[in-house]
Amino acid sequence: MSEKLLEARTLTMQFGGLKAVNELDFFVNRGELMGLIGPNGAGKTTVFNMLTGVYQPTTGEVVFEGNPIRGLKPYQIARQGLTRTFQNIRLFRDLSVIENVLVAGSHLARYGLMAPVFETKNFRQLESEQYERARHLLDIFGLEGKKDWSSGTLPYGEQRKLEIVRALATGPKMICLDEPAAGMNHKETHNLMELIAKIRQEFSLTVLLIEHDMKLVMGICERIVVLDHGVKIEQGTPQVVQSSPKVIEAYLGVDEA
Amino acid sequence: MRVPMLTFLGLMILGVIAEFTLDSFVQLMLIYVLINMILGMSLNLVNGFTGQFSLGHAGFMAVGAYVSAYLSTLFPDLTGGMGLVTFPVLALLGGLAAAFAGYLVGLPSLRLRGDYLAIVTLGFGEIIRVTLLNMPAVGGARGFYGIPGPTDWDLGGFVISKFLIGYAQAMFWVVACFFVIWRVVRSAHGRAFLSVREDEIAAEAMGVDTTKAKVRAFVLSSFFAGIAGSIFAHYANYLNPASFGFNRSIDAVIIVVLGGMGSLTGSLVAAVFVTLMPELLRPLQELVGVDVRMVVYSLCLILLMILRPKGLFGSKEVFELVRKYVRKTS
Ligand SMILES: Nc1ncnc2c1ncn2[C@@H]1O[C@H](COP(=O)(O)OP(=O)(O)OP(=O)(O)O)[C@@H](O)[C@H]1O
Ligand SMILES: [Mg+2]
Repeated sequence: MSEKLLEARTLTMQFGGLKAVNELDFFVNRGELMGLIGPNGAGKTTVFNMLTGVYQPTTGEVVFEGNPIRGLKPYQIARQGLTRTFQNIRLFRDLSVIENVLVAGSHLARYGLMAPVFETKNFRQLESEQYERARHLLDIFGLEGKKDWSSGTLPYGEQRKLEIVRALATGPKMICLDEPAAGMNHKETHNLMELIAKIRQEFSLTVLLIEHDMKLVMGICERIVVLDHGVKIEQGTPQVVQSSPKVIEAYLGVDEA
Repeated sequence: MRVPMLTFLGLMILGVIAEFTLDSFVQLMLIYVLINMILGMSLNLVNGFTGQFSLGHAGFMAVGAYVSAYLSTLFPDLTGGMGLVTFPVLALLGGLAAAFAGYLVGLPSLRLRGDYLAIVTLGFGEIIRVTLLNMPAVGGARGFYGIPGPTDWDLGGFVISKFLIGYAQAMFWVVACFFVIWRVVRSAHGRAFLSVREDEIAAEAMGVDTTKAKVRAFVLSSFFAGIAGSIFAHYANYLNPASFGFNRSIDAVIIVVLGGMGSLTGSLVAAVFVTLMPELLRPLQELVGVDVRMVVYSLCLILLMILRPKGLFGSKEVFELVRKYVRKTS
């Protein structure tokens, strides 16, 4: 029953003299909620960038649903069903909230360049479906009422939520969340995690989560990979990770000092 | 299709009024305004909506102008009412030639991020101009004379003027250009353009083929630049490579920046301003005796940029601002 959806094989990312990620191996099973943790600068975001095609790994391979995807462009990887959010929020700030969501589904709306000009039946139908779908997704995250807001004017926490909605709109099988709760208070974070659990159910999603809050990760993730200085130092269930001396030394030790 | 059609018919009524009220010089300026509107709106698609920077719009205009002018000399008898049919077709062919040129220029340069497009299009504009200077078949530096164009159309005593036929064809393309861009921008294709402008990396991660989006916007933009060129060629009956220099590309950029990046109605207003400003300043020049036109012209631009740094209308359309104003005051 545990089928590998995503597999990273000896991924290495070299920036000049710095090996930001060094021969990293890990996999994510279909339907799993997996955590990726590590201290600041451990290379977590770099891993996401390699998985989603933003960076070309120096060496190694990424396999998604059995197909190698290294070297594909980010949009091709997104269309195959692997998508992400950004740690440093990258919304289309001058577009409205719903437009942000619509952009992400645009490859699903199949009509020609001239269809909108002549307002063909096909165009109108696909377009109203797109809007319907976008509103539904926004509704899940309580953003439907602000659909016409300029996305850059949303409060910070809602911008983070919109990032997730937008990623969902691409119709993903797997979503990589880069610190989705960063900057949120305890209550907001709790609320967000419930939402993540909900969308996981509703869209049968696989989730790879980067999160700084250790307790939170321990609480919801089924398995965890720990990075330090670009190297995987531990992986396993929260219990295993929690009691690993290497993790305590590298991560908790530093964090609590 | 009803709205564009009615818009066109409404604007034709204005054309008839212009026919009887304006003198021929002002009528000529009006045609130039319409041409600049097409140039401005089409460049806005690339520079405003898609967030790229093209500096060679005059080059694509030249391609459209020369191709359609050359084709029309092969069928010399295009006068009178025939013009109503033939000139739109010629414009279409000129537009397609320019679109093809746009594809050839855009594909390699738009793959890359950054300002390559500005440099490549700048070079392209110059290459086209210099090539035309050295093509005897289309007049070279002497210019291309005797291009057929609209003429007065005599319907047994009732004459439809050259101006009105020219106005009809230019206005037809203004309306077409406006509605094509307006509607494409409000579709999945156009939202892809906008997302490229906003954040290319995020757009890619959301499944947008950004290279394709950029090339599409660029080709469509070049198409309309070619159309503008064709209208220009047949109305003036004469072409000279000097008309398609860097200054004209800059004029187009100024229209986009003044009117607002991403505001079509802004481009329409700015096109009027940019076309008429030098003419309105001509009396001043005669008064002072030195060429102050360009100085005053630049000062106006600087002032406008200080007062409204995002252009006259920002990325909003004129009626959105009017609506906002009405709501505020009521
Ligand atoms: N494009 C780049 N060029 C050069 N160095 C980079 C680049 N991107 C990341 N790095 C470096 O790689 C290392 C890992 O960075 P990364 O952003 O992946 O860390 P992280 O685990 O996400 O950290 P944080 O918890 O702060 O988000 C850092 O030392 C960073 O400076
Ligand atoms: Mg990071």
